Amino acid sequence: MKNISLGQYYPGNSAVHRADPRMKLIFSFLYIICSFLCSNILSFVLLLFSAVLLIFVSRIPMGLIMRSIKPILFILAFTVVINIFWTSGETVLFEWRFIHIYLEGVMNAIFIVLRIFVLIVGASLFLTYTTTPIALTDAIEQLFAPLKKIKIPVHEFAMMMTIALRFIPTLIDETDKIMSAQKARGADFTSGSLIKRAKALIPILIPLFVSSFRRADELATAMECRCYHGGEGRTRMSILHYRASDFVWLFIMIAFGASIIALNILSIGYSM
Amino acid sequence: MAEIRLENVSYVYSEGTPYEISALDDINVCIKSGSVTGIIGHTGSGKSTLVQMLNGLVKPSAGKVLLDGEDIWEKPKEIGKIRAKVGLVMQYPEYQLFEETIRADIAFGPKNMGIDEKEIGERVLEAADFVGLAHDLLDKSPFDLSGGQKRRAAIAGIIAMRPEVLVLDEPAAGLDPSGREMIMKSIMGYKARTGATIVIVSHSMEDMAKYCDELIVLSSGKLLMSGKKEEVFGRSEELTSVGLDVPQITKMMNLLTKMGIPVSDSVYTVDDALNEIYKLL
Repeated sequence: MKNISLGQYYPGNSAVHRADPRMKLIFSFLYIICSFLCSNILSFVLLLFSAVLLIFVSRIPMGLIMRSIKPILFILAFTVVINIFWTSGETVLFEWRFIHIYLEGVMNAIFIVLRIFVLIVGASLFLTYTTTPIALTDAIEQLFAPLKKIKIPVHEFAMMMTIALRFIPTLIDETDKIMSAQKARGADFTSGSLIKRAKALIPILIPLFVSSFRRADELATAMECRCYHGGEGRTRMSILHYRASDFVWLFIMIAFGASIIALNILSIGYSM
Repeated sequence: MAEIRLENVSYVYSEGTPYEISALDDINVCIKSGSVTGIIGHTGSGKSTLVQMLNGLVKPSAGKVLLDGEDIWEKPKEIGKIRAKVGLVMQYPEYQLFEETIRADIAFGPKNMGIDEKEIGERVLEAADFVGLAHDLLDKSPFDLSGGQKRRAAIAGIIAMRPEVLVLDEPAAGLDPSGREMIMKSIMGYKARTGATIVIVSHSMEDMAKYCDELIVLSSGKLLMSGKKEEVFGRSEELTSVGLDVPQITKMMNLLTKMGIPVSDSVYTVDDALNEIYKLL
């Protein structure tokens, strides 16, 4: 259980780490849009360059980033195959019986792989690796605060997220303990048919649910003891402030978006 | 009858990451066959990791765990047999109850061992007797029992496997004095009837003094001392230096000795102290 990485925050003190979480949330959104705007070689080069730069600035080890790419390798491979074999165009590169490979297909495949790669790198560098989950929920709460006007309980949702995130490690720990306890009684989770293995989970899931409910109950009581009564009139201990560096980030981001659009208009080389 | 020997055992959590923690460091210790061995140490001293090694729940990063002279990790596929021989009751075992009835829950262990229905029934009743659970409780849901009863039911779940070594990680934690007494008595009852080796982790020096013959003292992952309880409690200064303690009554007797009253300073239970003081009269 120990090797499950949830909340992949990588402690550090880079410029990306220090940026305001609200900005980072917006940036990752903008970055994703930018990666979709790219349509020719030049803009893709810029996109790739920005991703490399981001990796460099955030000082996140390459190995960690590769680990976040791993789960989507299959999807990547799948899209490459689909694009190479099913895109038709003008320039034929290879032909054999029913297989036709066109230059357009190959280029599209390369672009899509690049786009997904950059997408993952951007989102994980701006958010998961450099922002603590708590800072992230704070940012979400403040960014969505205007929705309170139309009676959406933003604070309550954010509190639920915070609590859920806070208890993930506790639950993993608990699962670990219960698994050990049942293993000590001879339970076997690793062998047998699928149905047998699913059944073997019952001795883990039931105690886990029971203790989760108990813990939720205790937490609610503890929160009420400390006079928690929802978001109404509640002040914050750490208030987020935009700093000068955040506006520098914003400027870079806008400039980046503008250059991507400009490079797209130039339409040099192959474009999608 | 079974003896467990740890040879140069070490354990490192999250090896190779920035979060690497050494939980146990080069432990050499022998748990004698038929003994009642206590493990004491601070929170985080590695006690729980150590007991989980005894039945192969945790595999040492280095070193060997020998059960009757055989390395338990020789055949990793047969670790299940080791777990039946060395029964481990984890901390707060009542949280592991999951069946609809206590009877079914106690039967879980023996069932996993592949024992036939008839014998399981016998073992469940026998285990319930050991821990002092009335038979009419057996058909109740775990939710209908009190905390102490649940704890005893969970311990019965291990006893039903008839382990040769019974390891208990803080079996009496969070119980009231009569609950503690009842748990400790039933463990001793199991030992008296079957001759099993008992290993107990506890923070209560009084319980340790009362029930154990041998003690193992851990301090931040290292073996501080091990040996007969008299030897270990005789080194009270070393114990207090690592934040542990000797039984209250031992402290009092030590004080009496300092005041020049001729009593033995190796007294660990109230009853012995009483006898010692009677001798003076």
